[in-house]
Amino acid sequence: MTQVLRLTQKQPVSPRITRFRFEHPEGRSLPVFSGGAHVMVTMRDGEVLRRNAYSLISDPQDSSGYEIAVQREDQGRGGSNFLHEKAQPGMMLQIGAPVNLFGLNLTARKHLMIAGGVGITPFLSQLHEVVRLHAPFELHLAIRSRNELPALAIPDAAQVHVSDEGSRMNLTEILSTQPLGTHLYVCGSARMIEGVLTEASALGWPKDALHSEEFLAPAPGVPFEVNCARSDKTLTVGAHQSLLEALEAAGIDTPWLCRGGACGQCETDILACDGEIEHHDHWLDPAEHCSKIMPCVSRFRGALLTIDR
Amino acid sequence: MTISFNKETFRGDYSFHNSPAAIRRFPFPFDRDEYMYSVNMEPHRATGPDDSVFKRRFDVDEHYLSEMEDRAITLARDPARCQSLPHMRLAGWDLLELIMTCKAQDYPDLFQLTRDGERWRWVNRPMGLDDSFTFLDDSTLPFGPMEYITRQTQGDFAVLDQREGNLWMDAGMVTSQADWSLDFDIGMNFFEWHAPVPRAAEMGIFQRALKFLLNVQQDSPARRLNWTMTVNPRLDTSPETYPEWGPEKRSVTAENVGGRQYLRVELQSFWRLPRSNALAFPIRCYLCSLEDIVTIPKWGRRLHRVIRDLPEDLASYKGFVVNRPLIVDYLSQFDDGQPTSPGIYPD
Repeated sequence: MTQVLRLTQKQPVSPRITRFRFEHPEGRSLPVFSGGAHVMVTMRDGEVLRRNAYSLISDPQDSSGYEIAVQREDQGRGGSNFLHEKAQPGMMLQIGAPVNLFGLNLTARKHLMIAGGVGITPFLSQLHEVVRLHAPFELHLAIRSRNELPALAIPDAAQVHVSDEGSRMNLTEILSTQPLGTHLYVCGSARMIEGVLTEASALGWPKDALHSEEFLAPAPGVPFEVNCARSDKTLTVGAHQSLLEALEAAGIDTPWLCRGGACGQCETDILACDGEIEHHDHWLDPAEHCSKIMPCVSRFRGALLTIDR
Repeated sequence: MTISFNKETFRGDYSFHNSPAAIRRFPFPFDRDEYMYSVNMEPHRATGPDDSVFKRRFDVDEHYLSEMEDRAITLARDPARCQSLPHMRLAGWDLLELIMTCKAQDYPDLFQLTRDGERWRWVNRPMGLDDSFTFLDDSTLPFGPMEYITRQTQGDFAVLDQREGNLWMDAGMVTSQADWSLDFDIGMNFFEWHAPVPRAAEMGIFQRALKFLLNVQQDSPARRLNWTMTVNPRLDTSPETYPEWGPEKRSVTAENVGGRQYLRVELQSFWRLPRSNALAFPIRCYLCSLEDIVTIPKWGRRLHRVIRDLPEDLASYKGFVVNRPLIVDYLSQFDDGQPTSPGIYPD
């Protein structure tokens, strides 16, 4: 389900991050959601249709509007630049229904949240939830410099680690002093997520207590050809286009949800492959790498790829 | 829309009965002359003829008040039929909101919901209830939120927590089940509670079904039909009460099979709950005797073929293997060998 909502507020909260608020054009209430949920924002940018997923940062129970915080990615594919530069209050955008791939585990005894920079966003809605549930939590936010600290509702209890002030996060200490039954949630850069998860595993944290979220942008690469067996079409995927986008452009129906390699919706079987799949997703097991591809983020390099679409 | 509610029982003298209109709207589950498991999910949207059970999100029919009385009897005997683990409290409120909102919109003459911020007033006219309470405050309702609303809603309810890439049966109201037990299944995950189902695991059904369910989205509910058979129109066929209903299976004869043997159809739907991200799984049970089913010629013909050709292990799992010869003999009278039309609705 998608609704067309009005951008009602646009406010810079740090040099690179801007907060956006969307409301129903007739003032109707929006569906409530759960902490950690995201929405898909569809942007019509001239000829290009852009779709990006952003975590909701507003109170999950506040149905008067949805808020997101977007970091400008100058090296990105253009969605964040569109929002920063072209989107203005009054503009109507398509906003999907909230989807949660990063919910709190409500059986946890304590919630340990670790954020890097703009990775704070999913925790902002979750904080409303933990406070309402009176659940114990600990929040660490790592930033490079003080001026990166976004003017968002970050609670006083949060511990802010500023690397150029020498207060870097001591991960080992944080992870080794938590009570049993604590669940860990991490959101930030790929490098940070990997570092935290590796450290937690080394310290003996159970796998089911570890949660992370990173939406990947489709990686650019060399153009490639793909045979779509069921639709009997051969497509060329451009350097800055994803396989999913190429399928959509050719009118081949492919389900999707996060478009960031995390949800599993667009999983597609490989029928023939003479070459190498560049898997960029968080979804497939290594054992599935020769039989499946996630068209939203993954690419191909080689002579022949045939997929079941 | 007005419904006239039957005065009937689902135990003892079994005075349950379907009106001709209820028979025609019975969700006959077979769209062809054979049956095998499938992940037969579809969007839960209003479809079918005007009086179809699919028209409204939570179907209310002529059995409503009697089913609610039967649920109250079962709960009084065994309160463990309704359970909710502590972390499912928010999901209970989600479910209450979902049902109240849908019923008030779909049946404005029967149910009304007035919301003034967190102060809510709920009027259930058929049951004569008019309650005011504070949303999310358990102390303002006579029962927990899930129990409160499901004592007023037909069908069983499993409320599933989603975590670790799995679904967990962590809350529910289950009093009209086809031989399973919430008290036994509570806390189990999707694979654990489906373990007794023959064949399906090898067929990869569960992996696919779980994947589908984990992706059910807010405002996009899904549904499927499932079926089994029961002797006598009994809602509470739980393992706990097997001594009461198990022996009745042996009471079927060639003379009474048409009236005693019931096709039991579950309209299962799946809803993403917004605040808790849990999944609500209502299982609405419809009962129809064989002699009522055969009043629809297409259904009589088709049911004969389905039951006759069903593999032995499925007939056994569905609990009617001992009575199958009697059932097939009875139904064969109504199979004239003509082809049946596609789809589930009467011709």
